[in-house]
Amino acid sequence: MSGGVDSAVAAARAKDAGHDVTGVHLALARNPQTYRTGARGCCTLEDSRDARRAADVIGIPFYVWDMADEFHASVVDDFVDEYAAGRTPNPCLRCNEKIKFAAVLDRAVALGFDAVVTGHHARLGADGLLRRSVDLAKDQSYVLAVLTRAQLDRAAFPLGDSTKEQVRLEAADRGLAVADKPDSHDICFIADGDTRGFLEKRLGSAPGDIVDGRSGEKLGTHNGAYGYTIGQRKGLNLRVPAADGRPRYVLSITPVTNTVTVGPREDLEVDTVTAERPIWHETADRVDCEVQLRAHGEVVPASVTVTPSGLTATLATPARGVAAGQAIVAYRPDPAGDVVLGSATITAGTRESANV
Amino acid sequence: MAYLDHAATTPMLSAALDAYTAAAREIGNPSSLHAAGRAARRMVEESRERIAAVIGARPSEVIFTGGGTEADNLATKGIFWARRDADPKRLRMVASAVEHHAVLDAVDWLGRHEGAEVAYLPVDAAGRVDPEVFAELVRAHGDEIALVTVQWANNEVGTVHPVPELAAVAAAAGVPFHTDAVQAVGQVPVDFAASGVAALTLTGHKLGGPVGTGALVLGRDVACTPLLHGGGQERDVRSGTLDTAGVVAFAVAVETTVQARLEYAGRVAKLRDELVRRVLAAVPEAIYNGDPEHRLPGNAHFSFPGCEGDALLLLLDAQGIYCSTGSACSAGVAQPSHVLLAMGADDARARSSLRFSLGHDSTEADLDVLLATLPAVVERARRAGAWKTPR
Repeated sequence: MSGGVDSAVAAARAKDAGHDVTGVHLALARNPQTYRTGARGCCTLEDSRDARRAADVIGIPFYVWDMADEFHASVVDDFVDEYAAGRTPNPCLRCNEKIKFAAVLDRAVALGFDAVVTGHHARLGADGLLRRSVDLAKDQSYVLAVLTRAQLDRAAFPLGDSTKEQVRLEAADRGLAVADKPDSHDICFIADGDTRGFLEKRLGSAPGDIVDGRSGEKLGTHNGAYGYTIGQRKGLNLRVPAADGRPRYVLSITPVTNTVTVGPREDLEVDTVTAERPIWHETADRVDCEVQLRAHGEVVPASVTVTPSGLTATLATPARGVAAGQAIVAYRPDPAGDVVLGSATITAGTRESANV
Repeated sequence: MAYLDHAATTPMLSAALDAYTAAAREIGNPSSLHAAGRAARRMVEESRERIAAVIGARPSEVIFTGGGTEADNLATKGIFWARRDADPKRLRMVASAVEHHAVLDAVDWLGRHEGAEVAYLPVDAAGRVDPEVFAELVRAHGDEIALVTVQWANNEVGTVHPVPELAAVAAAAGVPFHTDAVQAVGQVPVDFAASGVAALTLTGHKLGGPVGTGALVLGRDVACTPLLHGGGQERDVRSGTLDTAGVVAFAVAVETTVQARLEYAGRVAKLRDELVRRVLAAVPEAIYNGDPEHRLPGNAHFSFPGCEGDALLLLLDAQGIYCSTGSACSAGVAQPSHVLLAMGADDARARSSLRFSLGHDSTEADLDVLLATLPAVVERARRAGAWKTPR
């Protein structure tokens, strides 16, 4: 129970469904003051009090579990390491994979609980299939697709059939004070929302070149390649304008040479995505489906081939902004909610007809 | 249900509750000059006298506070400030390493903000301060010591310190001695004058009185700078309108508990011994912590190797058994007990501890409820104990 509205309503629904529910708030910060504060947060002392109060109203026991060491090792350090390696991590996904449905789940099962219930917006029904939430704008199946079959078998997402609006109304009906608490958006362990500043403090300044992807010409310098994301347009601060006057985008990051490569929008386009560490729920190892390549990103029809060690997706239409480190999640369109077939961690996006 | 957390708070005695509700119906600020105020003042002063009479103090030495934490803060900070102002070289604060956080954090604050040089008295494996070590410290630095503070009895492991012996050493060197007797009054013999301490903390809710009312018993000649400034109601050392009903109920609880102490202690210690015997029989690897001889009658404190204290607590809570790890929480997260660490336990043992504390309404039935579930709970918590292992 983060102290937000979703987990509070999820807990209440689980209790109404007849389960013996215990509320758990995770203490994730070694020093709570260093994590973000106020209404935006989920990890502050105030959030902990909100969660405790919600548990009181629902009428369930409530405990704070100290997962600060595990969170730091599995999520925060991983976040920094991934950026240092030129990849773009998704810490919420990692937290689900390593903390909520691993460290928390393991402890809970050992203590005699059957499952971890969260307020994620996704559906997990009796058929055991993970599906998108009815509220597509709030759907979180993308950051849950990393869960294995064993993890999903011990998970419950009671909110998947409701929109966020319905969840808020229900919270108000239940007398939960968090009903109108603002959504959290930012990365919880970056207090001020300044990801680049956060990384700079940990990775130090590492000046390198910004080069043109087509000509190889040096266009400028950067203070650390980790400050750039594939597809980024703003904040490049290039003094040399492009020959055609069009905006330039970050195309790739090369840690070995500490180079940020930029180019025109069309050079961002990829039609083949390779990925590693697949979690695959389908029996078929080659399927035509849809893939999503980043959180809240667009969905692209694709043909996906899976091997034990990796996954390759051939996209029907090119996609832009495909970054190594992000997840590729495969969905099968379904009127009852698109079904997650599996996911993997993107290693590269390439283009058959690429001229780069 | 089994309530085994009396050291956290114990139910109000019905006599205290009756006194509270009767007094709370009356109007009158004890500082007012009219008849209603005088009536309230009379109730407060009679309460002061009743408390003074049973703890060996003069009525004027009883300063009512908003509880034990305030009294501890007033004593440690107030006496430090007064002593330092009288002689700037008195900067040393001496505290036992096993104090309650109300003392420990106040002393630590003095160290960080007021230039105090804090020395912590070590304890032995049973959690007891060694008078010889203390005497050595006083011999070496007596004229630089602002205040010594050693609890009468420890809130976690129940160890009773040799306070009169320590206070005599301090008194001989002219050093004031404060003792936090929150856990001790009503449990073991506590006599303010006979003990030779300069200041003593007690509080209502540990002995059947209301939460939010306590007292600092402060020797008449002990200078103490106020923490709270205002109306100067309590000897000009503590300001704030007195809580007449709270004070009345507090006095009833103190008087009742102290007068019934001998019978209580005998009965509860016997029950406690039974609890310890049964726990050790049911969970042979459990470690009984603390001093077997110098100990609060209601305290039983164990380490359960391989278990997390807060996992045990969660599982027992789910069975309607209420106890405590005994140590402080930080933002709801259990910290390894500083008391156990000071007693030489390692981090794992300090985190694996659980306190059962008995009180005036404890019975054999509470033990039956506990022992019916404890072995299974310990077994389950031990399996859950592996959760910290790196993945």
